[in-house]
Parts: sequence; C-alpha cells; structure tokens
Amino acid sequence: MNNDKLIIGGHEFHSRFILGSGKYSMKLIEAAIKDAGAEIITLAVRRANTKEHENILDYIPEGITLLPNTSGARNAEEAVRIARLARELGCGNFVKIEIMRDSKYLLPDNQETIRATEILAKEGFVVMPYMYPDLNAARDMVNAGAATIMPLASPIGSNKGLATKEFIQILIDEIDLPIIVDAGIGRPSQACEAMEMGAAAIMANTALATAGDLPLMASAFRQAIEAGRKAYLSGLGRVLTRGASASDPLTGFLHD
Amino acid sequence: MENQFFVDSEYLSPQALEKKHRLETDPLSRKNHMEYLPGMEIIESDICEQVISQMNSFDYSIYTARDVRAALDHASCSIEDFKALLSPAAEPFLEEMAQKARIETSKHFGNTVYLFTPLYIANYCENYCVYCGFNCYNHINRMKLNMEQIEHEMKVIADSGMEEILILTGESRAKSDVQYIGEACKLARKYFRMVGLEIYPVNTDEYKYLHECGADYVTVFQETYDADKYETLHLLGHKRVWPYRFDAQERALRGGMRGVAFSALLGLSDFRKDALASALHVYYLQRKYPHAEMSLSCPRLRPIINNDKINPLDVGEKQLCQILCAYRIFLPFVGITVSSRESAEFRNGIVKIAATKVSAGVSTGIGDHESKYTGKEDDTAKGDEQFEIDDDRSFETMYKDMAGEGLQPVLNDYVYV
Repeated sequence: MNNDKLIIGGHEFHSRFILGSGKYSMKLIEAAIKDAGAEIITLAVRRANTKEHENILDYIPEGITLLPNTSGARNAEEAVRIARLARELGCGNFVKIEIMRDSKYLLPDNQETIRATEILAKEGFVVMPYMYPDLNAARDMVNAGAATIMPLASPIGSNKGLATKEFIQILIDEIDLPIIVDAGIGRPSQACEAMEMGAAAIMANTALATAGDLPLMASAFRQAIEAGRKAYLSGLGRVLTRGASASDPLTGFLHD
Repeated sequence: MENQFFVDSEYLSPQALEKKHRLETDPLSRKNHMEYLPGMEIIESDICEQVISQMNSFDYSIYTARDVRAALDHASCSIEDFKALLSPAAEPFLEEMAQKARIETSKHFGNTVYLFTPLYIANYCENYCVYCGFNCYNHINRMKLNMEQIEHEMKVIADSGMEEILILTGESRAKSDVQYIGEACKLARKYFRMVGLEIYPVNTDEYKYLHECGADYVTVFQETYDADKYETLHLLGHKRVWPYRFDAQERALRGGMRGVAFSALLGLSDFRKDALASALHVYYLQRKYPHAEMSLSCPRLRPIINNDKINPLDVGEKQLCQILCAYRIFLPFVGITVSSRESAEFRNGIVKIAATKVSAGVSTGIGDHESKYTGKEDDTAKGDEQFEIDDDRSFETMYKDMAGEGLQPVLNDYVYV
C-alpha cells in the first residue's frame, strides 16, 4: 500500500482525499489536512481574491498542493482568465476547471470545459477538468491535455452520492487518466463505494463542512477512502446480484 | 390601519403644495403609470405576464395545513407548494419551515455569511414616492458627492475591512447621471473587490456601460408588484412607470451584468402576493437566463425623516421569517440579503436559517462615513438619510458577531472577468 501513489501531471500524492472549495472555513481546512490527510486543497480563485483580512492563502500550510479552481467562469475564456490570475496570485500550476452556465444546479458545461482544457494545457497548467460524466467529452478532454478527469457524482452540494454511478464506471473502465469523483459525495460510505469501483480519489467539501463534528467526519472520510482503495486493489470477490447460484453446473450436459 | 404617508413641509411654495395635494387627491392629475416615457427602452419579454398572472390568481385563503404538510414533505418545491408555504395556513409550521430552510441553506452555502455595505453617493430625487425619505417633496438636506468626496468615503469604508460595496443614488437622472455613476464604479473598483449598484432603472446599453465601469450586480426593488397599488404610492416622476421598472433586471442581464437582485417593499401592499411575485420574478428569469446569479431581499417599511409613524403594518417578524423560509425552500440556490432595517437579534437569527448576506457599518445618509466610523466630528455638509436603520453594528462588530454565531463571514467570493 505504501507504493500506492496517486499521480497527477507527474506529481505524486499519497492521500486520495481532496478538499473541495464550496464552503470553506479555517476549521474545515484544518480538519481536512489533519484528520482527512488531504494533500491537495481546492481554492476558489474568486474566494482568494481578497485583501489581507482573511486570505485563505495564509492558512494553507507548506507541503500542501493548492488546486485553484475557476468557479465563477461562464465560458472557456473566463476560465482561462481566472486560471492565469491564479498563477499570478502564486497558486502554482494546478488548475481545476469549473465552468457553469447554470446558477441553479451548478452543472458543468462540458463543451466549454474541453475548450478551456486545451488552452490551459498548452500554457503548461496541470489541468483537472470538472465535468458531467460523458465518455465522449472525457475522451476529448484527454486529447486536449487533461491530467485527470473529474466527473460529478451528483449535483454539487446535494450530498446525494453516486447518482451517476454507471457512467463514472464507464469512465474508470475506458479512460487511462485518474478518475477523481467530485461533487455530491455526502457520506463516507459513498466515498468508499466510489473507491471500490476504481476511482483514483475523492473530492468532497459539503459533506465535511456541514457535519456536526468536523474532525471526526474528516477522519471517517479518510478511513472510508482507504478502505475502498484497499478493496479495489485486493480485487473484489464475487458479488451475487440475486438469489443463489445453482449448485449443479448449468453446462453439465455438455460431453465433448 | 393604513400608513399615513402624506406630510406637508412648511418649506414648500404654495404652488408646490398645490401640485402635491392635487397629485395626492386627484388620480386624473397623475400620469399613466403603465405608459413608457420617452427614452425608456421597451424589451420583448413574457416574464411579467407569467409573474402577474400567477400573482393575480393566488388565493392564499384556500390552502390548508394538509397542503403545507405536503409542501414540506416534497423533495423539491413546486410553485403550488410555495404558495402553500406563503399562506396563513403555514404559520403554525414556522419552526418546521425554518428547519427545512436551514438544511437547504447549508447545502448551497454551507455556514458562510457574506458581508457588504451600501454607499449612498447622492440623495437627489425626482420622484414623489410617498413612503420614501428621499421623495422630492420631503424637506431634507440634499447632497451629491463629487469624485473626491466619493473616493474619501470609499477609503474610509475600505479601511474598515469591507470588500463589497453597493453604490446607491436617489432616483434622479438629472442630478446623478449614468456617467457620474460610472465614474463612481471605476473608483470603487480600486477599493473594493465587488461592486453592485442600486440606482434608478436604465436601458440595456447603459447597464452595459456601467458593467464596463466595473459594476457586476444590479438591485432594483419593484416596491409592489400590484400595479394599481403602485400607482397610488408613486405619484410623480420616472419611477412611476411600473413596467419599465419590472424589466430592469432583464435589461441588466442583457447588458452583461453577472447578477441581479429583487424585492418588494413589504408593508406597502398585500405582502403574501408581493412575496409570491418577487420569488416568481426570480424563478422565471432564472429559467430564461440560467447563468445569472439571483438574489432576493426582504425590506420592510421603516420610519423616515418627517414621518416617524411609517411602519410595516401586518408584516411582523414572524411573517417576515415565514416569507424568508418559503423563499429558501422554493429557491434554494438564491442569495438572500437581510438589511439593517431589521434588528440585530432578527439578523443573528435569520442568518442561521435562510439569509446569506447582511450589511454592516451602514449609513443611508450621504458623506457621513468618517464621522460614523471614527466618531470624528467635522463640519462638512451631509445629506440626510433615506430611512432609519435598526441594526447599526460596525463591520468589525458584525464580523465578530457572525463568527460568534458559528458562521464563517465572507468578504468576497467574486472575481471580475
């Protein structure tokens, strides 16, 4: 297990929990790092776009990789501008592309995301596109230079879990990049399930942010993700979908 | 009991008084409030029709406890459910509504609360809106800040730590033209991360210009969605034209603004109908412009200079809370702003249920931030206030109080692109 590393754009990580950005508080960041073991913390550039009073950048300890996102972007051009701003702010080369043209459900726009991926990958960013789990779009993102693919499990903030399970499984099976499940993971068991399926990592925020005991929930996520990962690596045993299997072989009548 | 809005000032000339009285007593002396004035842009839109037909057919007396129960049990809230939640039948369910609203708020906004402050740069007004302190017949100290004064005010506010500003004017194109407001926006971009506007409604190209000057959010209060009632309250001036005001947010979005804010002024008319219309205005516009960021406010009538009796009538704190919970359950994704018109206690409570934004360090007067923020006496001219505020907490106190309530105060979550 010690050699089991998550590699994104040539960078190695041991943790498979990534803190999302939606609802941040200083307590949340602390719990995510200390108790969930996060090595990557997402940071909405628009939130970091602040004066000295409460700058989130001051609270990120050394050794933690910042993942600025482009939330607030409504098209590829805006995402590109926000990504460049992140670089200017000293947030490094990672960028999570978030492009939404819908303020109600905050669903990502795959087409615009593909365009932004292409531009930013060419500019040397490690591009992590947040997307609706569509195989064709994912392939286009791979070709455009994405470093991972980040499909949503269910609408952001909904805590509804793996509503898009079948489609995420297709991405895991067909795409050679790490698949990081993002958005909608509401409980540790759902994170565990995604990891069992072969997801490379989990990104969550609301599930922790709204928990009664933040550090406890953070450590629950850590354990669930580790458990799911181990189960995936061990090769899941036979799972019966319904009834018992016949004890006599169905093909026993075949003689040659 | 109705509010007694009409107050005669001893400073008015006999001719002015006569005109004022004629406007107040003779409806025929007033212009047609549904007719556009020259220069007002007319856009093709069916939003108004949808909102108003829903409002007109809303009979809140037909809803029962059973309808409210069903609304609370549904996973997503339909327009019918929302109507039930606004009805008197929902009053006994207030605590349950609050519980549900709180869950929705936390799903979409976590435990954050945004802070902002308004900056009034002028209080000249060409309208006679009978409940407003700025109305043209009210004898108050008038003032319009010049760019130097605006910059000074902005520095004082920015030094307090505030990062989001809402620039306001009285509704006078003559005294505060679009260019003047645009220049104020450019200055604001230097001192603040986010700039919003609450000014008289303008045309699409003017919103586009103001957006280019740095503003990205536009607030327009419809005051009341009941056009007939509106006519009896807005007796004179551009603001009297009800449909031009209704389409303001849509023009702002077409002009490139990122977000728009809505409200009725509760206490002017039937508050349940106004609450329904306000939320449906958001609902239908959001479907047409899904990228837009929407927010709702919920101002109640307040006393003004020369008329301290004005009050929100039947809209008590419980009713206000009911409306806000219903808004949150129906529109979980929208921002909800609660202004300093409400008490500190109410605001501390409502941010834990439904509100996502509160103002702090508020003055509704002109040019008085330094004396209000630092206590420094000066003898420069000041402009009088639009209405009396209730919660006068400073930015610093508000920040501490919100953190003390277990919330994360947020100063900015926006980038101008």
